[in-house]
Amino acid sequence: MSPLSVHLPALQVVVPLLTAPLAILLGQRGLAWAAATAASLFSFAVAVALVLQVGDSGATSYEMGSWPAPYGIELIVDEFAALLLLIVTGASSLALLVAHNSLVKEIAEDRQHLFYTAWLLALAGLCGIVVSGDAFNIFVFMEISSLATYILVAGGPKRQALSAVFKYLIMGTIGATFYLIGVGLIYMLTGTLNLADMEARIHEVSDLNPILVAGGFITIGLALKAAVFPLHGWLPGAYTYAPHAVTVFVAACSTKVFLYVLLRFDFFVFQGNLPGHIAQFSGFILPLAIAAALVGSAIALFERDLKRLLAYSSVAQIGYIMFGASLVSATGLTAGIAHMFNHALAKGTLFLAVASLATTYSTLTIDGIAGAAKRMPFTMAAFVVAGLSLIGIPGTAGFVGKWYLVLAAVEGGVPGALLVVPILASSVMAVLYIWKIVESAYFSAQAPNAEVQGNGRSEAPWWVLTVLWGAVLLNVYFGLEPSLPLELAREAAAALLARP
Amino acid sequence: MEFLGLYNYWVFAILLMTGLYAVISRANLVKKLIGMSIFQSAVFLLYISMDKVEGGTAPIIQANAPDQLYSNPLPQVLILTAIVVGIATLSLGLAIVVRISEAYGTIEENEMREMDEE
Repeated sequence: MSPLSVHLPALQVVVPLLTAPLAILLGQRGLAWAAATAASLFSFAVAVALVLQVGDSGATSYEMGSWPAPYGIELIVDEFAALLLLIVTGASSLALLVAHNSLVKEIAEDRQHLFYTAWLLALAGLCGIVVSGDAFNIFVFMEISSLATYILVAGGPKRQALSAVFKYLIMGTIGATFYLIGVGLIYMLTGTLNLADMEARIHEVSDLNPILVAGGFITIGLALKAAVFPLHGWLPGAYTYAPHAVTVFVAACSTKVFLYVLLRFDFFVFQGNLPGHIAQFSGFILPLAIAAALVGSAIALFERDLKRLLAYSSVAQIGYIMFGASLVSATGLTAGIAHMFNHALAKGTLFLAVASLATTYSTLTIDGIAGAAKRMPFTMAAFVVAGLSLIGIPGTAGFVGKWYLVLAAVEGGVPGALLVVPILASSVMAVLYIWKIVESAYFSAQAPNAEVQGNGRSEAPWWVLTVLWGAVLLNVYFGLEPSLPLELAREAAAALLARP
Repeated sequence: MEFLGLYNYWVFAILLMTGLYAVISRANLVKKLIGMSIFQSAVFLLYISMDKVEGGTAPIIQANAPDQLYSNPLPQVLILTAIVVGIATLSLGLAIVVRISEAYGTIEENEMREMDEE
């Protein structure tokens, strides 16, 4: 192993973190954007290298500042973390590639370099959460990424962005503080903050009640951050009013990162220690997951605003992921984790298509984009393919996760098979709400008072289309050849379940 | 006695719930932020209470007194970080309230909602 590859987990965080102040210094004229994109692409390359490394030699651990764990901060990259790093850095890179074209309309030019600084901090924070093996360190990265995300969302052009971000800030802070209380209670009894050490030392604790309370605080706090139904109140507003490029980034990865921490805690730390914890977890999450899948999709059916519709669809998809996890079987967890990847890809591509539509249309409602297929045929075609992937049509990435979810549910016998019904019902609703958009874009005449008149083509810039279609091809590629996310998800699920 | 022995933790719980109640019940955004700040401060108290070792002194090694009993310094360090996070969150929240006040002319949540629905 070459010396540099040892430092990959640290580089993942350090590079975006250090590029952030650089982006301020570089100032305007697109240099800040170039620096941010370069840092993000570099992080993506590091993530790919880590995936390869984990595939070769298993989980890698890194001692920050050479302080040995559990005294120092340990960075751990296992299969689960590697998959999440791929999602985070990939989403950030795709979004940044179009950000330059997309943000021009939304953010004043003299503020853009500050905006990219916040973006890099958000990226560094999200990567940090994923690689860190230290409970308090996770809290710090959580707040770095959240504070930066609030700034990104508040950059939206409408004033509703501000009220949405205020709600997000309040709910996000309450979630993070709940997490902090839980970590504090565990620290009080075990005297450690390292996750692996915590797991081992909870065995020695005689009174498990405080740990149980801590489990509750951590699960609820993270569920709030991850927008698990019914704690999703902040999500639709934040997704809808954020600048389009930010929505691509945030929708694709931020909730998944918190789901990742949630699963890490509930399976890795608590599973072996609290008697019946996993049964409680499952009994608590399963009804919420099913409700999320049904309610999220049902609200999306009646939504007219494109971004809000897709945001409610995200609520439903988070339900799918939690549904897989709450089955507590190897197949179920594999399905949930693989669906994190596939949903990030599908939803990221859909929001990219929305960002592309926004280069011509400023009213992004179902009526506002009537007849868009004539004006923007490539964008709408990409939207259709990504929509199919969201629905879960075979041959697209979205199918793989859902197929495994159904398999996992059927494994549970008759009661399990009944659980398939809400999942399928939610998918049928997905067909309907995607169709609503497609119908308006392809088969409706333009509204007479539409802001864009005439029948001429006015496609998005070629660069945006290239990135968009790159993402679409990835959707198809991972639909036909799903072994990469599936293998990582399978290993991750095995590792989560393997605790004593 | 046990009730009094857990005095700090009772204060923690009461402050926590006071803060949360203020966040939920108040429509004024600044009052919400005050509630959020109380809510976070309560957690600082939890961490600071747990690091106290009875009879322990400040954790500074002194040459003439080698076998002192020390309080645990780590939670204090942790909470220093959390205080910084709290201040950053509060100031960002207040900055957003300033911009809300510029954009809406009010910082009452219900009035903002009415203006958005128009």
